[in-house]
Amino acid sequence: MSELAKGAREPPLSPHLQVWRWHITMATSILHRATGVALYVGALIGAAWAISLASGPDAYATFKAVLGSPIGKVVMFGLTLSFFYHLANGIRHLAWDAGKGFEVRTADATSVVVFAFTLAATIALWVIAFMTGAL
Amino acid sequence: MPSYRTPLSRARGLGSAKHGVGHWISERVGAIALVPLTLWGAFGVLRLAAGDYGAAVAWIGQPVNAVLMVLLIAISFWHMQSGLRVVIEDYVHEALGKTTLLVLNLFLCGLVGALAVFSILKVALAGA
Repeated sequence: MSELAKGAREPPLSPHLQVWRWHITMATSILHRATGVALYVGALIGAAWAISLASGPDAYATFKAVLGSPIGKVVMFGLTLSFFYHLANGIRHLAWDAGKGFEVRTADATSVVVFAFTLAATIALWVIAFMTGAL
Repeated sequence: MPSYRTPLSRARGLGSAKHGVGHWISERVGAIALVPLTLWGAFGVLRLAAGDYGAAVAWIGQPVNAVLMVLLIAISFWHMQSGLRVVIEDYVHEALGKTTLLVLNLFLCGLVGALAVFSILKVALAGA
């Protein structure tokens, strides 16, 4: 910007996050990226599971104790939400890649479907976990 | 020597990077493969969480479980690397910082993914 002649106006910048009217499709877009980064960490935890299994019973018991602790369960619950969200919204992205579902009303409706699926599937999985003794 | 190819011939199906379409398609095919694989993985986690070390070793000893787990790990780590790469490219513009993060992302996914695959194979093959 400093090389502009004196008196010349700076060129306008494209509007950033804080001036957009909040919209559900914007939330789904941001959350897709955020849950993707969360699942990156989740996959590293999954790799730690495999490595602990190959390291023997003691390492495996330590791994299970960490994930079974209250903090571990909170992390796993967050990863379950992230997984079902990223899965459902990823399928929505694949539909877009095929050229389907771009209409505003359709995109709004599928946003709601993604949120509903995420909540229902997460609750269902944790109920199954509770009933099968996985918790 | 002049080239007699038309601009359209050069551009068709390749894009400026010459391999953009193939990269884009491979990302989508990986994502499609992860739909059934991760759903299987979620129920695998439920089963493993309910059992102990011996149950986990026996579970991975099943050929179907070992192969699906290796595929899940390999495709997930490829998908993660591609995804975080786009995030870094979007938010980090300074050349050295961006290159460093891109290389770290690639090396981390390659190293941890390889460790996980080897661990699964070690457990799966030791019991046979």
